[in-house]
Amino acid sequence: MTDDPAFAAGNRTVLGSHHFTEDAIITFARKFDPQRFHTDPVAARDSMFGALCASGWHTAAVWMQLNIAEIGRYHAATLEAGRPVPEFGPSPGIRDLRWLKPVYAGSTITYARVVRGVRNYVSRPHWSILDSTAEAFNEANEKVISFNSAVLVKLPGWDSEA
Amino acid sequence: MTADADLIHFEDLEPGTTFSLGPMPVDKAEVIAFASQYDAQPMHLDEDAARHSLLGGLAASGWHTCAMLMRMMADAYILRMAGEGAPGVDFVKWRRPVLAGDVLSGSSRVLTRRRLRSRPEIGIVNMRHQLVNQRGEVVLESENPVMVRIRAPDGDLA
Repeated sequence: MTDDPAFAAGNRTVLGSHHFTEDAIITFARKFDPQRFHTDPVAARDSMFGALCASGWHTAAVWMQLNIAEIGRYHAATLEAGRPVPEFGPSPGIRDLRWLKPVYAGSTITYARVVRGVRNYVSRPHWSILDSTAEAFNEANEKVISFNSAVLVKLPGWDSEA
Repeated sequence: MTADADLIHFEDLEPGTTFSLGPMPVDKAEVIAFASQYDAQPMHLDEDAARHSLLGGLAASGWHTCAMLMRMMADAYILRMAGEGAPGVDFVKWRRPVLAGDVLSGSSRVLTRRRLRSRPEIGIVNMRHQLVNQRGEVVLESENPVMVRIRAPDGDLA
């Protein structure tokens, strides 16, 4: 389907790091997840987490933020090399999301993406599904989140293979 | 401040217990603001580009829809539940595009529950969540376990 090593099973890409400030954690949580351990640094001390930590959806959304940025860099580099670029479409969903450790205010989290494989998407010709595992680690190299993502992708060369 | 005993506990979450979610309008400016920060793709940012995408219109990021679901669950029951957090989510299916101007509503329903042998004061409750748009079309399905305190850990519970 493609010989681009970026889509080879097992290919691991470090997407970058993100610093979670207290302000950003509170801003996200007030809007979407107003539990006291995400919105109130004092009340968070008496919670099961012991300190202010990010909403799990905030931690997940930052993976997408860094993933999109990395795809942008990949596109630019691929175009500059004179190679055709894939087109990304929507995602049917995610599976097996695990919030393994709290992401505390002030911590820096490093995100990665590991390709699991590319399969045909039977209901839409020319589109494939790219399966990946998302993961992120704190400064102590403890995994804080992981999930399996899927996204539709139209790989270069589909028209010549048809 | 709600007294702890008044909070929703494990004992209250029998299988079949259902909480109504929403309604929550999907605001165009919010769709664009969320996507600008977390999911900067044309189908979430630009109406013209979105019309020509597979989603057919300016659509909320799936992560934004998850965040809206979280807010609806918080307002419906989590903020008055003796909750101890969620270890994760079994799956999220983004079944249909959530378009700017849609109004979301839905439900969270208890599927099964069990006590934790390792932590006698805590139980795991498996929940199923569904969001529909204003036409009743399912846009999101999800299941996840949540940890909830047991009101009377020494009490008799089937």
